Amino acid sequence: MNIPYTVEERPDSGLANGKLGIWLFLASEVMLFGALFSTYIILRTGATEWPHGELNVPLGAFNTVLLISSSVTMVMAWAMLKLHNWSRHRLYLAATFVLAGLFLVNKYFEYSDHLVKGEGPWHSTFLAIYFTLTGLHGLHIVGGMVVMAYLLGPGAKLWKTNPDQFTNRIEYTGLYWHFVDLVWIFLFPVLYLL
Amino acid sequence: MHSDPASVQASLRKYVMIGGALLVFTAITVAVNLVHLSSIALAVTVALIIAIMKGSMVATVFMHLSNEKKWIYGALLLTVIFFVVLMSVPLFTLMDTIGTPQPAIGGGEHAGGH
Repeated sequence: MNIPYTVEERPDSGLANGKLGIWLFLASEVMLFGALFSTYIILRTGATEWPHGELNVPLGAFNTVLLISSSVTMVMAWAMLKLHNWSRHRLYLAATFVLAGLFLVNKYFEYSDHLVKGEGPWHSTFLAIYFTLTGLHGLHIVGGMVVMAYLLGPGAKLWKTNPDQFTNRIEYTGLYWHFVDLVWIFLFPVLYLL
Repeated sequence: MHSDPASVQASLRKYVMIGGALLVFTAITVAVNLVHLSSIALAVTVALIIAIMKGSMVATVFMHLSNEKKWIYGALLLTVIFFVVLMSVPLFTLMDTIGTPQPAIGGGEHAGGH
């Protein structure tokens, strides 16, 4: 049995099911990260003192550059499919995957630098919320990379049999990826600079 | 969302330009932090304004929210309403004075201590 409305738009919403689905998922993600930001505000306003300069700002800024660049390559990967340029699409999607990997490598160095000094989440309220927020965000990066690896690997076969559905999958992956970038855009100043 | 090949081709340059603008705003955010503004409130305001501008660019251009179907706008409107309620929780917590000892009239040192 075929799943309906994977490519064609539903007559009532004017959307393919996957499109509405990914946006509802992102809405739930807004509430998930919103709850943690709300927790951060409560912890920070209730603290008698809040540490400054504990995090590596150049590394955090470099990670911001990596994620913004990956958002550009992701939207270009989708655009190349719309232009039926398969080789360029592969190039841009692979670039997005590599940039995401570099982000995680930087995060590994940042985490290990803290942990070597015994500065784990147990060390202070600031580090507890820092590891929670960036750890959850890092898991989202890993999730995005798993999906991208699938679309670069076995999932790429769909392009030959149903190019419209494959293009839609890239679009939904892109929407998720841009959201992950958007969350980091707020995490960086909140945790590293303020 | 316009996704015919002609409009997508026309958007390629825009995607790169927005990416460049996002990098410039990131540099500005870090530069403002180096300046050490006079108050923490001002620093928070400036950082959040820049972050909101960057987030808006990602949402409207990369996520194509500038031209979407009304069902998606409806879902996002509900999300915004619930998000505002969620962000108001810390405010309500700070405003809550129930159970907080009130200063005694006359300012006695042992007021509320028994």
